[in-house]
Amino acid sequence: MTFRIGPRTSQIIAHIILLLMTIVTVIVLFFIIGYVFKNGFAQLSLEFLTDRTREMGKEGGILPSIIGTLFITVLAIIIATPLGVGSAVYLVEYTRGGLLRKIISFGADCLAGVPSIIFGLFGFIFFVIQLKLGWSILSGSLTLAVMIIPTIIRTSEEAIKAVPQSYREISYSLGGGKLDTILKVVLPTSLPGILTGVILGIGRAIGETAAVIFTAGSSLNMPTSVFSSTRTLAVHFYILAREGISMPKAYGTATVLIIIILFVNLVAYRLMHRFMAKYY
Amino acid sequence: MPKIVIDQLSLFYGQNQVLKNVNLEVYEKEILGVIGPANAGKSSLLRAINRLYEINYARISGKIRLDGEDIFDIPVNDLRRRVGLIFATPVVLPGTIFKNMSYGLKLYRKIKKQKLNDTVADALQAANLWEEVKDRLYESASTLSGGQQQRLCIARTLAMNPEVIMMDEPCSGLDPISTAKIEATMLELKKIYTFLLVTNNTKQAARTADRTAFFLDGELIEVDKTEKIFTNPADARTDDYIRGRFG
Amino acid sequence: MKDKIAEKLLLFIAFSAIGSLLLITFFIFQQGIPLIFKIGLGNFFSMHWSPTRGQFGILSMIIGSLMVTVGALIVGIPFGLACAIYLAEFSSKMVQKTLKPIIELLAGIPSVVYGFIGIVILVPFIRTHFGGPGFSVLASSIILGIMILPTIVSISYDSLIAVPNTYREGSYALGATKWQTVVKLLIPAARSGIVAGIILGMGRAIGETMAVIMIAGNALKIPHSILDSVRTLTSTIALELGYATGDHRAALFACGAFLFIIIITLNIIAIRITGRRE
Repeated sequence: MTFRIGPRTSQIIAHIILLLMTIVTVIVLFFIIGYVFKNGFAQLSLEFLTDRTREMGKEGGILPSIIGTLFITVLAIIIATPLGVGSAVYLVEYTRGGLLRKIISFGADCLAGVPSIIFGLFGFIFFVIQLKLGWSILSGSLTLAVMIIPTIIRTSEEAIKAVPQSYREISYSLGGGKLDTILKVVLPTSLPGILTGVILGIGRAIGETAAVIFTAGSSLNMPTSVFSSTRTLAVHFYILAREGISMPKAYGTATVLIIIILFVNLVAYRLMHRFMAKYY
Repeated sequence: MPKIVIDQLSLFYGQNQVLKNVNLEVYEKEILGVIGPANAGKSSLLRAINRLYEINYARISGKIRLDGEDIFDIPVNDLRRRVGLIFATPVVLPGTIFKNMSYGLKLYRKIKKQKLNDTVADALQAANLWEEVKDRLYESASTLSGGQQQRLCIARTLAMNPEVIMMDEPCSGLDPISTAKIEATMLELKKIYTFLLVTNNTKQAARTADRTAFFLDGELIEVDKTEKIFTNPADARTDDYIRGRFG
Repeated sequence: MKDKIAEKLLLFIAFSAIGSLLLITFFIFQQGIPLIFKIGLGNFFSMHWSPTRGQFGILSMIIGSLMVTVGALIVGIPFGLACAIYLAEFSSKMVQKTLKPIIELLAGIPSVVYGFIGIVILVPFIRTHFGGPGFSVLASSIILGIMILPTIVSISYDSLIAVPNTYREGSYALGATKWQTVVKLLIPAARSGIVAGIILGMGRAIGETMAVIMIAGNALKIPHSILDSVRTLTSTIALELGYATGDHRAALFACGAFLFIIIITLNIIAIRITGRRE
């Protein structure tokens, strides 16, 4: 004897199961953040944010890591943005179909999928050893820049594609050249979209560990130049947690890290949303 | 000498030929109406004359001369300044009314603030828009109505001090009152400029054009005085189109 | 003139991505491949990894990487797909609009945070309730599974949404229920996008490093059960690169080269699948 379920019943069952699985997924993801926050908020204080790190992180604050993260991220963005946006402009405005476009797109897509440990290996052998930059902010930023270029290319490309062709025609028909059109019409119009890509890149750079630990090192000294080794927040957190140096400090660092990243991503999301509402 | 001479012009998008051996002359200070059904090649004709087809990767064969000079011998940006183009849907660039007006001027050369303001005001006046916008030049151009936006586009082109103004169905999305305003503007400006008016509204050509050209499937069927085209055309297809038998 | 210079400059810039990729490929291979030839392919793909004795076999790590990746997919695919299907087909616009961005925001949480949660919650939980050290294949699979969720949800959702509405209407018009429409029509129609999402998630799982190091235990042996400790290719690189020199360092680059080939292959498959759809 077989027991058959009618289409209506199976529909209801499927609906319930899907709903439950979705709820579980969302709860798990929220739980992770909530758990870190619950244990971390108590650690947050002005002192924690503005004090030097002492006794390998057992005592003191996380100021050197905040500054190191800031330096590395800003520098990485300064390097990656012109390259990423320039590539996107070239892809949309100068190529159409063709092999060249395929090659450039393929490069960006593949680079986007390369895991961070590979970037770490590459940055270590190329920037740290071959170019003799040592474990430094510069090596770390260069490595991160390579890592976030694809993010910036992809988002900028979409944003530039969304600029209506009629804007370009207007600019040309008023006697504008290609460069005028790109600089004065295309880029300003797609700016929010491009910024979204840049901000997503910032988020990725701040949260990265594997690629920076082997290129920027893990010094706890206050960085003095781009050639100083530094320990970013993510790396500091990793070391605190993995070596069990101080769980309270680890929670505190993680909380700061997550707040920064959520904030950065939220800004990116808002920008993207406004941009989409305007052009789609 | 005619202002523009078009000689054996063909235009291709890839394998698709959208203009077929067109021969046409445009006289100084006339309004030449261009009529015909969709896909007759009317818009492509305009885009060939100011070489805008190039940005969409089309190619052409044949010759076009502006004041006797081959358009390929004129630097392309100069050509497009001399031959302005107004589009079917008014496209205002993001930004203020003033920014829209000054965009082309600033590309052209260094220009003093006072001169820029004067040119913008003159062009807006010529396009019959000045009274409506003089107090809101620094508001976003997208706050204007459709008809105002189209007149802004005309003013933007006039500010470049062109010789020829090409219009690509400039009233297709507008109400009758806005249309009348634009037609009045055109008839006034005819004293100074040469017009090429592509329109899908045969009555508009009858109202404004000195001569009218009829296009069908990329071919120029005939061109003659507007009265002649509308009362006694040489070709039966022209007659059919004007009487609304197709198109 | 200005335009010509700009075009040349932009062309040069446009090669930054592919150029970096080539540079990465070159350096990883240049550092790693000679060692493989030196010790021979047989030794490289053997069980014995003992850098101090000059043995560099990576087989146990390959198996380790494979186990945690498969585990991650077992956890990630059902939940990821369920989420995508629910959001795309069963939920209201409001729920879609709130949950989709939230799930994407979560993709930005750094991997070390996931690893940390593994250490403080999952590992002790497994140790007390299932036995073993807690640092295990199971812990890694669950954490990696959660980490790849946003990738799978996001891409599958997009491809489900991209299925034209006429399909749905046609199916409902024939009297099919929503669920029948999803199973018989929408999933097959969105198949390529879903597969691409899974492949990209798989790439992320294989390549993940820091989270795995923190919770996998990293013992150098082939695990016999999912409660055993495990070591992956990526963890080996990250754990030993800090102090490795000479052949040992070269061996780590050889691991990287092997990993790189796998990831690029997965990427190419995913790109081809999504490319064909366009």
